[in-house]
Amino acid sequence: MTNIQRDKIDIPVTSFEEVILARQLVRELMERLGFSLLAQTRIVTAVSELARNMVVHAKDGRLTATKVTQGARVGVNCIFQDSGPGIEDIDQAMREGYSTTKSLGLGLGGAKKLCGEFNITSSMGKGTKIDITEWVK
Amino acid sequence: MSDIAIIKIGNKIIVPIQNELNDIIAEKLQASILKTIESVGAKGLIIDVSTLSIIDSFMGRLLVDTAKMAQLMGCETALTGMRKEVVLTLVQLGLIISDINTSLNIEDGIELLDRIIRGRND
Ligand SMILES: Nc1ncnc2c1ncn2[C@@H]1O[C@H](COP(=O)(O)OP(=O)(O)OP(=O)(O)O)[C@@H](O)[C@H]1O
Ligand SMILES: [Mg+2]
Repeated sequence: MTNIQRDKIDIPVTSFEEVILARQLVRELMERLGFSLLAQTRIVTAVSELARNMVVHAKDGRLTATKVTQGARVGVNCIFQDSGPGIEDIDQAMREGYSTTKSLGLGLGGAKKLCGEFNITSSMGKGTKIDITEWVK
Repeated sequence: MSDIAIIKIGNKIIVPIQNELNDIIAEKLQASILKTIESVGAKGLIIDVSTLSIIDSFMGRLLVDTAKMAQLMGCETALTGMRKEVVLTLVQLGLIISDINTSLNIEDGIELLDRIIRGRND
């Protein structure tokens, strides 16, 4: 099910086309929330990496992106949840250059560097959940 | 599928990327760029990325690889119009694009390539 509202996006990410859609929708949301162009570029790049990882390495991926507030602060939170194989050794997967698909292995570690807050939990055979938050400066 | 124009001008080909490409279309574009370099014997390749609002590790690597392959075919590449936010993000991501020629716009890119091609023939 696809659900796109003003301050909340909830979409499946199972194809490269949906990776592009995820990027566009997060950018629009961040624009509305008043993020700088640089912040939009950084977070949308991270979204692209994490969304692609769900397509390449997992299945049944979903992205939920929402407006969050904390006192006067406004931010965006994105949750990438899949039912893929999970990641056995998260530290290893996060390391630059580690890839099980002979790719660059930049995606996961790179995405973390691009986001203010980054949380990853994974369980073998069940799936992976990555939760990122960025606040408007 | 969005068709991307590959424009031949003199000894160069120019590829203005018009919109965000998904991974499969980007790989097809790489293949058709290399095919065109071969068939027209291009000495210079300009890939204009000014419309791309992001370049992630996949696209970044594809661009760097395309430039390397073009070079092996005797064709120099200039990447033109990369937005400054995109450059900053690529650096932060850890993708090194310093071994690829870049220019502010297509016009500067043509000049740069002319200089490189001339230098090589001297
Ligand atoms: N959602 C996921 N589910 C299962 N495994 C994953 C997931 N995301 C990443 N991984 C694992 O972590 C490794 C590192 O991921 P990372 O994105 O850094 O590199 P990559 O996807 O292999 O290459 P690229 O540089 O092209 O992104 C992957 O090779 C894969 O084994
Ligand atoms: Mg990846």
